[in-house]
Amino acid sequence: MLKRSHYIALALAVLVTLILLNLPGQTAVRLKLAIGSLFLPLFGLANSTHQLADNAGEAIVPRKDLLKQNDSLRRENQEFGLRELQEAESRRENNRLRHLIGWQQKAPWKLKLANVVLREPANWWRTVQIDLGSRDGVQVNLPVLTPEGLVGKILTVGLTRSQVVLLGDPNCKISALVENDTRNMGIIESAGPFDGSLLTLDYLSKDATLKPGENVVSSGLGGIFPKGIPIGKIVDSRQVEDGLYTEARVRLAANLSGLEEVWVLFP
Amino acid sequence: MNPLNSILLLLATFLAVFWEGAFNGIRHLFGAQIDLLPALVVYAGLCGGLTTMTLVAVMGGLLFDTLSANPPGVTVLPLFVSGFVLHSQRELVLRDQLFAQFVLGLAASAAVPVLTLLLLLTSGHTPMLGWGSLWQWIVMTLGGGVATPVVFQLFDLFDRALNYRRTTETSFRLDRQIRRGRN
Repeated sequence: MLKRSHYIALALAVLVTLILLNLPGQTAVRLKLAIGSLFLPLFGLANSTHQLADNAGEAIVPRKDLLKQNDSLRRENQEFGLRELQEAESRRENNRLRHLIGWQQKAPWKLKLANVVLREPANWWRTVQIDLGSRDGVQVNLPVLTPEGLVGKILTVGLTRSQVVLLGDPNCKISALVENDTRNMGIIESAGPFDGSLLTLDYLSKDATLKPGENVVSSGLGGIFPKGIPIGKIVDSRQVEDGLYTEARVRLAANLSGLEEVWVLFP
Repeated sequence: MNPLNSILLLLATFLAVFWEGAFNGIRHLFGAQIDLLPALVVYAGLCGGLTTMTLVAVMGGLLFDTLSANPPGVTVLPLFVSGFVLHSQRELVLRDQLFAQFVLGLAASAAVPVLTLLLLLTSGHTPMLGWGSLWQWIVMTLGGGVATPVVFQLFDLFDRALNYRRTTETSFRLDRQIRRGRN
């Protein structure tokens, strides 16, 4: 037999849940950010531990290996410098031609490096938290990428941290383009919760001819992601909904399960 | 339950949520992150008072939803219901038995994600679901089941360290010893 206190506790828990679930969107975000600030000391602690482990690791690398690595990095840097010279000339030419035919100039990307500090604890969403927030100029919906390709977009922004919704999450759908002769366009969606590196490219035209290995990039439609950011490569394709449209599986370029550092792309 | 034990339980809840977000070894190994909150709620439901159990469920749920993309509060009710059912039946449960702890942890860890997903779907959200979710659910259930006896052992250890030990009285007394044979 339940006591009076049991009924009161049950009623309170139901009431708290109902109130929290019916909070307006902005209030819910503010509440989450306020409660999330409780974790700030632990973030600091985890960061320091990580740095300490990194320093300890660096201290035991032999000098010979470091010199070898330094030499290879210097050579790579020189190579990039030369390539940059060539790129700069092409960019100037492109801008001149754009100016001549009256097209809008393409602004260079402004990027900011962020560390991934936390991963989604629930298995039914795909998000990470980064150590950049509103004080660093981060805003909702800014694209997030790695040198390999697109990762996702900013979902919520706190003062010092932001939540990034990753590709494959139901809240992150992107218009994408296949780099082939027919330039097929579709929507990148989740392919299920298990393999995070595979996504579905949906709503391609029914006569789309796709070959495995073809590059998939952002189409620039929708106004959030600039055109041409690599997303992944086509794995296979099939016709769905009785041949109404084609669906393809895409292997992501970026490794979402091993994210440590990401770049936030500013407009 | 000693108030200090309740505070320790709340602290463990806080650390468990952070651990779930910050450490990903199990996720890399099995493809799913295990949830330690059901195990803590089982312990609070069986060994703590109603207030402690409610606090663990509300605080744990809110903290978990804060680090997750869940709407705030969606994990509170499933955790509370698991703890509440166990708390109301605690006289019938052999809570010191390792097997009972494992089975109860298994049941709570299986029920909490299902109830949370039901609440999410009812409130109009579209979580990532598929056949792979079944595997994730199995990992979460087994992980929670294994974690529950560990939580019980850990808090029993704290309990012994922080509370006065009960003195054990035996009927044996040295001065009343009957010596047989010749001296």
